[in-house]
Amino acid sequence: MSINSNLLERHDSLEPTGREEKWRFTPLKRLGGLHLNATEVRSNTSTIFSGPSEGFSVRVVPASEVSPRSQSDDVIVARVRETVRDCTLVEVNRDAQVKDPIMLSRKNLGSAEFSRTVVVAKSHSQATIIIESFGSAILGEEIEILLEPGAKLDFISLQEWENDAIHLGRHHAILGKDSEFNSVTISVGGSLVRLLPSVEYDGPGGSANLLGVYFATSGQHLEHRVFIDHNVGHAKSRVNYKGALAGEDARTVWFGDVYIRKEAEGTDTYEMNRNLLLTDGARADSVPNLEIETGKIAGAGHASTTGRFDEEHLFYLMSRGIAEDDARRLVIRGFFAEVINEIPVEGIRDRLMKRIDDELVRVGR
Amino acid sequence: MTKLVIKDLKVGVETDSGMTEILKGVDLTVNSGETHAIMGPNGSGKSTLAYSIAGHPKYTILGGSVTLDGADILDMSVDERAKAGLFLAMQYPVEVPGVSVANFLRTAATAIRGEAPKLREWVGEMKNAMSSLNIDPAFGERSVNEGFSGGEKKRHEILQLELLRPKIAILDETDSGLDIDALRIVSEGVNRVREASDVGVLLITHYTRILKYIKPDFVHVFAKGRIVEEGGPELAEKLEEKGYADYVNA
Ligand SMILES: Nc1ncnc2c1ncn2[C@@H]1O[C@H](COP(=O)(O)OP(=O)(O)O)[C@@H](O)[C@H]1O
Ligand SMILES: [Mg+2]
Repeated sequence: MSINSNLLERHDSLEPTGREEKWRFTPLKRLGGLHLNATEVRSNTSTIFSGPSEGFSVRVVPASEVSPRSQSDDVIVARVRETVRDCTLVEVNRDAQVKDPIMLSRKNLGSAEFSRTVVVAKSHSQATIIIESFGSAILGEEIEILLEPGAKLDFISLQEWENDAIHLGRHHAILGKDSEFNSVTISVGGSLVRLLPSVEYDGPGGSANLLGVYFATSGQHLEHRVFIDHNVGHAKSRVNYKGALAGEDARTVWFGDVYIRKEAEGTDTYEMNRNLLLTDGARADSVPNLEIETGKIAGAGHASTTGRFDEEHLFYLMSRGIAEDDARRLVIRGFFAEVINEIPVEGIRDRLMKRIDDELVRVGR
Repeated sequence: MTKLVIKDLKVGVETDSGMTEILKGVDLTVNSGETHAIMGPNGSGKSTLAYSIAGHPKYTILGGSVTLDGADILDMSVDERAKAGLFLAMQYPVEVPGVSVANFLRTAATAIRGEAPKLREWVGEMKNAMSSLNIDPAFGERSVNEGFSGGEKKRHEILQLELLRPKIAILDETDSGLDIDALRIVSEGVNRVREASDVGVLLITHYTRILKYIKPDFVHVFAKGRIVEEGGPELAEKLEEKGYADYVNA
């Protein structure tokens, strides 16, 4: 199915059956019923901010005050929008240069929850927002991120859930003229995580850089469906996701849909996904998809690989005296390094490397 | 005084048609301070010998023994062999994406020496070794062997030889793919290690030209998986004239 028709696909029936192109890789049984109309889900804003705020504000406002800015045909998003009464609104002041990351976090949500967060980076502001997630949860969410002209926003989402968490979310950015959006999506925890990181443009000169890191171990399903809608001319996008899998039934799904519309002349886009299978029994799907309606683009490409751990790497390092465990860790760290080194916050880089080391110890690799 | 003893070594690889024997009984002893050249045509099994000693998992030992000062090398894991004092400069060094040369070298030196080298001394040591091999210090930040030219890879191997100071060094076609200047630089590196330590060297080569820079004490001709003739440096000259035809067709 083409991206275009996908995009415009109507949700006549809000409940997916699993046969839909968008759902056929997702085990519906494991969604905690979030996709079913009969499931009661409360509206909540358990995304918490604490600490001083200078140059920005974090408020809880009635959802009616921040109506959705984008279109989505996602069932979960539709249910979130219907259900949510209060919305977390993060605003970065015009021209503000916020140095320290704005930390939002949530932990152990109790009962099933739908939540909406709206981030507005006012014109020519600069800030970093980090959303971290811990503990157990059944969460459906939408985060809309609006970048006004000239704004620069680093947006990091960390899914470090407990192994029973269910998290379905859409992280959608709208890039104003000459704005810069750098996002990092990190999914290492959770039983089932299905995220829709997406981008559209609201003026020329916008630049989106989407990085992702995921590590699935036994029984985890981690799914990322990236969608870049090049709906205006002269905008840029880069997507680079790297994932590792270890253990029986470790499962990842990555989709990278890039749609270059007729009016999007001068588009420059490249998307990449690499998967590293550390053991038998794990499965990674990787589907890059580029749909181009104009020939007048600056560049467009994609790459996708899924491979096993290369024993030659191990041999080379070990032949220099490096013990097997250390050698393996070096190689796996090396695999992720290209993406992790680009994460703009040092504390997050270190934390993620450590988490990856811990995962490796846990799976005995 | 170290002694590497290879006795009746038989090695095979698994192929589509089953186990294929490549080394058919190799006998060779290398003592500290000696340099042995192993010369032979392509496909004769030279790299198989080198990899088998280093412990590459692709090769199956079918018979014989390899000992280092009496200790059974074949019983050791790859890293244990390196810690015991073996070093293999590979014919085709492996690219390891995302692992920086600096991190790799320090990790390796720490493993081999049994303790982390003092940072300040280490930096100096690396700088010297790199500059004498004409390696740009910026290489420290690059991924191991990734995007290196053939010559750069070989110099990086010799850099490791200098930093890790093994008891026995096996150099597998370190000369191949090098232009005349790079060959000289690499050979000087090997000779520095030979002078500074009592290293025993097993110099595997296809051509005689490297032997003009690194003088061997012994020359062994390798063909069809075994040593077929042995002698002193004069044997290399004979090969230079006549080539391997006599051995291959024998
Ligand atoms: N992994 C392998 N699978 C099949 N054949 C191999 C393998 N490795 C080496 N060989 C074969 O073994 C023989 C010796 O190879 P090698 O040791 O690389 O020779 P040399 O280094 O002398 O050129 C060759 O015929 C080669 O094709
Ligand atoms: Mg060879």
